[in-house]
Amino acid sequence: MNPLLNVGGISKFYGHRIGCKDVSFDLYPGEVMGIVGESGSGKSTLLNCLAGHLAPDTGAVNFDTRVDGMRDTVTMSEPERRMLSRTDWAFVHQHARDGLRMNVSAGGNVGERLMAVGARHYGEIRDQATDWLGRVEINADRVDDRPTAFSGGMQQRLQIARNLVTGPRLVFMDEPTGGLDVSVQARLLDLLRGLVREMNLSAIIVTHDLAVVRLLADRLMVMKDGHVVETGLTDQVLDDPQHGYTQLLVSSVLQV
Amino acid sequence: MSDYNFAYLDEQTKRMIRRAILKGLAIPGYQVPFASREMPMPYGWGTGGVQVSAAVLTPEDTFKVIDQGADDTTNAVSIRRFFEKTADVAVTEATAEASVIQTRHRIPEQDLRADQILVYQVPIPEPLRFLEPSEVETRKMHALEEYGLMHVKLYEDISQHGAIATSYAYPVKVEGRYVMDPSPIPKFDNPKLNMAGIQLFGAGREQRIYAVPPYTDVVSLDFEDYPFEASKADHACDLCGATDSYLDELIVDDSGKRMFMCSDTDYCCSRRKAGHIGAQGVPYAEDAA
Repeated sequence: MNPLLNVGGISKFYGHRIGCKDVSFDLYPGEVMGIVGESGSGKSTLLNCLAGHLAPDTGAVNFDTRVDGMRDTVTMSEPERRMLSRTDWAFVHQHARDGLRMNVSAGGNVGERLMAVGARHYGEIRDQATDWLGRVEINADRVDDRPTAFSGGMQQRLQIARNLVTGPRLVFMDEPTGGLDVSVQARLLDLLRGLVREMNLSAIIVTHDLAVVRLLADRLMVMKDGHVVETGLTDQVLDDPQHGYTQLLVSSVLQV
Repeated sequence: MSDYNFAYLDEQTKRMIRRAILKGLAIPGYQVPFASREMPMPYGWGTGGVQVSAAVLTPEDTFKVIDQGADDTTNAVSIRRFFEKTADVAVTEATAEASVIQTRHRIPEQDLRADQILVYQVPIPEPLRFLEPSEVETRKMHALEEYGLMHVKLYEDISQHGAIATSYAYPVKVEGRYVMDPSPIPKFDNPKLNMAGIQLFGAGREQRIYAVPPYTDVVSLDFEDYPFEASKADHACDLCGATDSYLDELIVDDSGKRMFMCSDTDYCCSRRKAGHIGAQGVPYAEDAA
């Protein structure tokens, strides 16, 4: 099997400071990878470099495009990269407000990606939007409400619907459960796990919450100070951490 | 003639504006930045249109100004006087006699000819502005032809009102490339954007000029199941009886009595002169007396 995403030697510096350094990995179709680490460890920098929001200083991000096969998304032209980011890629922000248009109705939010790729039939766009709201457990009668009228958890689910409506193959998630209370988190994780399995999505999830990666991720990458210090299967890394920092991280989790 | 340079602006400024106009004509619908000057009128009163008019006027031109279709409102009268004074050009109220027509919010009912120039006053040239506040981002969207957002606005209209409720400044796509704000003309006028005359758009405060060359393909955006409709009040003009012109609705007394009349005063007058009379109209000669 060919990898969906092949990352080679990604580095990003902010002046003399390291954002992330020399990160390489492969991601296969249907695989979910977690990136964990403390604040400032370079998780989000890495994710933004992968998703094309930041230009890395060195390295390549090769993506298996539908038409041309493996392409380096760092060197591809901006129109191509932006096209990719609204068709085959999806990006779920930590704060739903960053990923939603707050002054546009829920239906419009979900429909935007469809219209961006050329859908021009109102009835079909609306049907798809309603269908997707149902799949993320938002009532169909909320389709014309604005996200400002939604709770935090609903906003996050709306953001997920908006991202997945074009059937992407790779989803980037930046702390998808951050700022939500635990019961809402649990439902969201349940939903995400279902969608990932059902749509055979590949995903890269950045989080500092080890419970999230335990539930969602197949593989785990632990970062500290911009470097990857440990990688492996999630259960293996969490149950038998080898690196000192990973051991600290795992032992820092509060037990209830 | 007065002490003003011809048409108020100095020659270098007019050159700069003409360059922007030529670039705009070469790239239909593209917003060309230009160094807008202070004009002796407030922003929002047509400073962009006046600068474009000043740059295209020649001493032989006949000038006409329309404000919401009318030739006799404050804005139209003062701009017309401005160019009478500073350029000493002939002025007219008759659409057919004018060679340069500056307009606000309307396209004349009468079809324009190839030797006529229509200059629009534009308040906000960026059609994506109320959807995307960042200028950097909107420029990028124009450059990469990412216009899905424009349809989000129309989607919102239908979901809230059951139909596309945008009735003026209705977005159009020019020559299959740039999405353009046709200035706040009623959507009734949108089909007329495909015309024989040259159309120039000037936004003074926003410092943008754009243009639509003659016979350019201008398509109003819509959905397959909610097609574009050039709507007007379902009525005939009460003065001249015209059924094909864009109408203003007036409330004429305290009991809410209404009256519809052509917004294009020149069109209405010339029809009345030709003997057409609407439901509440009187023959033209009697009215004048």
